[in-house]
Amino acid sequence: MKTIGYIIQKEFKQIFRNKGMLPIIFILPILQLVILSNAATYEVKNIKFAYIDYDHTSTSRALIEKFNASTYFDVLTDFNSSKEASSAMLAGEVDVVLEIPNHFERNLLKEKTTDLSITINAIDGAAAGVENGYVNQIVQSFNKDVKMSIMDTSKKSVQPVTIESIPSFWYNTTLDYKTFMVPGILVLLVTMITLFLSGMNIVREKEIGTLEQINVTPIRKSQFIIGKLFPFWIIGMGLLTIGLILAKVIFNVPMIGSIILLYAYTSIYILVILGMGLLISNFTDTQQQAMFIAWFFIVIFILMSGLFTPIESMPKWAQIVTEFNPIKYFVAVVRMVMLKGSGFMDILPQLWKTLLYAIVMNGLAVWSYKKVN
Amino acid sequence: MKKENVIEAHQLTKTFGDFTAVNAISFEVKKGEIFGFLGANGAGKTTAMKMLIGISKPSSGSAKVAGFDVYTQTESIKKNIGYMSQKFALYDDLTVNENITFFGGIYGLPRKKIKEKREQLVSELGLENISNKLVGSLPLGWKQKLSFSVSLLHEPKIVFLDEPTGGVDPITRRQFWEMIYKAADQGTTIFVTTHYMDEAEYCDRVSIMVEGKIEALDTPKKLKEQFNVDSMNDVFLKLARNIE
Repeated sequence: MKTIGYIIQKEFKQIFRNKGMLPIIFILPILQLVILSNAATYEVKNIKFAYIDYDHTSTSRALIEKFNASTYFDVLTDFNSSKEASSAMLAGEVDVVLEIPNHFERNLLKEKTTDLSITINAIDGAAAGVENGYVNQIVQSFNKDVKMSIMDTSKKSVQPVTIESIPSFWYNTTLDYKTFMVPGILVLLVTMITLFLSGMNIVREKEIGTLEQINVTPIRKSQFIIGKLFPFWIIGMGLLTIGLILAKVIFNVPMIGSIILLYAYTSIYILVILGMGLLISNFTDTQQQAMFIAWFFIVIFILMSGLFTPIESMPKWAQIVTEFNPIKYFVAVVRMVMLKGSGFMDILPQLWKTLLYAIVMNGLAVWSYKKVN
Repeated sequence: MKKENVIEAHQLTKTFGDFTAVNAISFEVKKGEIFGFLGANGAGKTTAMKMLIGISKPSSGSAKVAGFDVYTQTESIKKNIGYMSQKFALYDDLTVNENITFFGGIYGLPRKKIKEKREQLVSELGLENISNKLVGSLPLGWKQKLSFSVSLLHEPKIVFLDEPTGGVDPITRRQFWEMIYKAADQGTTIFVTTHYMDEAEYCDRVSIMVEGKIEALDTPKKLKEQFNVDSMNDVFLKLARNIE
């Protein structure tokens, strides 16, 4: 126990003495949280919208006015022909083109139906989908207005029959993407910093030769490893704390569930990451190698974590792969506890898997750490 | 008076794939002896030493260090030996005092003893004024002397020194050897590898390794007689040439 104390003491001295390291550990993650949370948004705004109006009637103008009024669309210009419009789209000047056909108003009044043509730049498929949604919303609402006015003018006493679904969004009532992203990015920064620090740390001692010196001392493997990793466990918990404070102060993300539960889960989760870092450093000889391997895993883990894209929409095999992704569990738990107020029993499945993962990872790491070659 | 053996190696061998780095070496080292372990670069000195200090498993043969087996009792060996590697292995980003405290701590010395040792060591090396300076800022010669003293902290029976005087000036080398003599006088066995043949003359006995084998082993005086030359340098050259 005393031996572990000496190592921990030494590690902390080295960490806090390293003037280049401190900002990396504490300032960068804060910047990351602030920048990414504001920038990584699912909302599509400032859509470059153009139209071709072949009809030139009050109805067609009313429709265009609807787009104009929307905050999502910047109504750019009108084109005289679809040829002009498509060359503008090719040049990247417009994202969405609405084409209002000839006799638009007349058809509406006489035949009660008409067609509209929408062209959307779908290089970014996700954005195009969102844009299509917006366009439909506006056209639907226009449709309703038109129906009312037709009914009015024809003086029929029949009420328009419409069925509308009114969604109510639970747990994030205003659909504020920051409420969704901030907990996720919090996960990301806790994970990245602890993985890189722990992975790099032991390899560094290998590089400068001090690890050999340690290996000729009678220190036990477990003592050395615990002493080495404990400081990074503390740093990980510290990062979580900073992140939670920022989430509350800057982004006003709610903390509906138990904060103690979140800390308890994180304390186990960080063990997984530290074990992984140690495992990486056991199989590498230089910090560069360790860095590349850590990156490899981090990128896969992040992209398959459900942080940016929902796991439900991944192919079956990918969903199976995500079962081995610790970040997935952490993302789920943080969101569940913070936004939904999930309790101990709700996160039990994630907790179990994380605990198992921690045991396996650290077992492998301790096993593969060799004092004797 | 016959002194006890503290190192006994018998047919000790280490192979890496097809390459035999250490080829069936056998020797004994007695308590309190300064044993010079000589050889050209790549002759297998460091590999042999790593087997003896318990961080490399031998491929075959047997050896005992401080009475413990190099296969099964490496951790007991480690309690009884000190080691100073070719690479400087103290922490550059810790101070002189902190390095001493840390290594004392992981060898399990009591806090009081560490403090005592630290004060003694700092004053012996004349480092009073800079004991709170980072080790990284010290000149190499001082680092090496500090490193040697740290390897003696836990009062080991045997100290292994792997090219301890590489790259330091002649005055510091001289001081270093004075430290070695002092430790040997106090009963510590010294096992030292070196390139400097003048240093070989300071050893009680030397072995010369060529291409993984021990080709000569005796006191410097007898080796010079045997090869009919004036200096250890010539002994070494003769041996190396014969092989070629």
